[in-house]
Amino acid sequence: MEGEKIKRLEERAREIRRHIIRMTGAAGSGHPGGSLSGADIVTALYFAVMRLDPQNPRWPDRDRFVLSKGHAAPLLYAALAERGFFPVEELLTLRRLGSPLQGHPDMKKLPGVEFSTGSLGQGLSAANGMALAARLDGRDYRVYVLLGDGEIQEGMVWEAAMAAAHYRLDNVTAFLDFNGLQIDGPVSKVMSVEPVAEKWRAFGWDVQVIDGHNMEEILRAVERARAVRGQPQMIVARTVKGKGISFMENMVEWHGVAPKPEEVERALAELA
Amino acid sequence: MTKIATRDAYGKALVELGRENPDVVVLDADLAKSTKTIEFARHFPERFFDMGIAEQNMVGTAAGLAAAGKIPFCSTFAIFATGRAFEIIRNSVAYSRLNVKIAASHAGITVGEDGGSHQSVEDIALMRSLPNMTVFVPADAVETRAAVRAAAQIRGPVYIRLGRPGVPVLHGDDFHFEPGRAVIMREGNDATIIATGIMVATALEAAGLLEQEGIGVRVINMHTIKPLDEETVIAAARETGVIVTAEEHSIIGGLGGAVAETVCTHHPVPVYRLGIPDVFGESGRPEELLEKYGLTAAHLTARVREAVKRKGR
Repeated sequence: MEGEKIKRLEERAREIRRHIIRMTGAAGSGHPGGSLSGADIVTALYFAVMRLDPQNPRWPDRDRFVLSKGHAAPLLYAALAERGFFPVEELLTLRRLGSPLQGHPDMKKLPGVEFSTGSLGQGLSAANGMALAARLDGRDYRVYVLLGDGEIQEGMVWEAAMAAAHYRLDNVTAFLDFNGLQIDGPVSKVMSVEPVAEKWRAFGWDVQVIDGHNMEEILRAVERARAVRGQPQMIVARTVKGKGISFMENMVEWHGVAPKPEEVERALAELA
Repeated sequence: MTKIATRDAYGKALVELGRENPDVVVLDADLAKSTKTIEFARHFPERFFDMGIAEQNMVGTAAGLAAAGKIPFCSTFAIFATGRAFEIIRNSVAYSRLNVKIAASHAGITVGEDGGSHQSVEDIALMRSLPNMTVFVPADAVETRAAVRAAAQIRGPVYIRLGRPGVPVLHGDDFHFEPGRAVIMREGNDATIIATGIMVATALEAAGLLEQEGIGVRVINMHTIKPLDEETVIAAARETGVIVTAEEHSIIGGLGGAVAETVCTHHPVPVYRLGIPDVFGESGRPEELLEKYGLTAAHLTARVREAVKRKGR
């Protein structure tokens, strides 16, 4: 039974990766690398973890997901469409004039997007605000956040990290998509963020380190995180940029470049 | 004349709002005693969040609170609220028209002794440049209370500019505040002074002096810089032929900029801008600084006289 569930989630993640390839291919621009690295985490959240009602996207008791690394918009859009927030066909309008699928997520344009992001480092603060509101309103929804590893070079992330621990926001669970690459090269070369787990722990967070492509580990980590009281939780997910497409994996060049038509074909064949 | 600082009026108005509306929450960045949000904190500790010396996170957290239905008021000094946190206000707040109120105190040179690093003379320009943003610069305590209450009614971001020193109370209790609607404080047809914030009192003083010389000056209190009351500005241009703007802010991009933009397009007449002349401030007593940078009734009077002389040339 549990094995069946994992298999279904893995298949869903593959479908989401196919969407990412088709969308960025059709748009001719976008960020496939970091969308693919976070695909298993986001699939787990939208299909096994979060309390949602796609028919009622503003339901007050819904769980929230903030894509702090907003450039992974194709990943978020694919998950929302697959989950039924809008028709899957709309995915191919990504980045076109008039499309609600903006280059970076816009909460005013697309149902299911909880917060407009794109400028890095701002999502965790917003998530904290939502979590404080839940507490004030006596609601038990949770707020999930996906941060990029390059993104945590932004100082504001650490202001938010400090505040989440100070206010004991145990209804905040953050993932770090630790794929090790940013635009200018390896994170370790551009501006090292290590030791990552120790930093979050020192800021007062509960920290787990997992394989961000292992569905079972992701689900187990979330379950464990949800049981933590009095502390926000960080799940450091070791991931591979471009995961799932052999010629994109660990290639920094695929951070912000869309696949050409023949590359789309090759990628989709690998994901079949 | 009774003097009350607009930040004091803000502190009181927040408590009032807090009583009436349980969704009002307040955030500060370690300056609650100075911005007067401490009053709200005393009455509603569970709805007050001190975010420490971290203005970016304060504004970002407020954005999240607003996304979840709260009406957050964020306060710190104007320089940090609009400068340090500018891009957060742009992308996390204004871009999504989130219901966040930035009520910033210690604006302008009347901060005084703390000096130029703390004297915000560009905040109006910054906030005015953002789509979806409303910008209020109240002239006195009565107007501040009204502006704070109006801000809570507006669904979207609002910037409220507040000052440190006591300023004369200009309005009676029957004052009616309409966002985006300027108040004509005094009629006159020889020239118009359009003033905002603490310069409204100075403008009234100047107009009184000029009347004795036979110059009739219309005084417009522009408490809302955005959306600007263009109709009142254009009427002043048409009916008085010359405009002098007065603000405790850089002459670039603030009230003077907004008025000049409107006048140029709709009814070109000379517009003279009295303000901080594209320099940073410095330490000194507020009244000394106002004198040095020309923000007094005497300077304003001279400027209007000159403007009237050049009128129609």
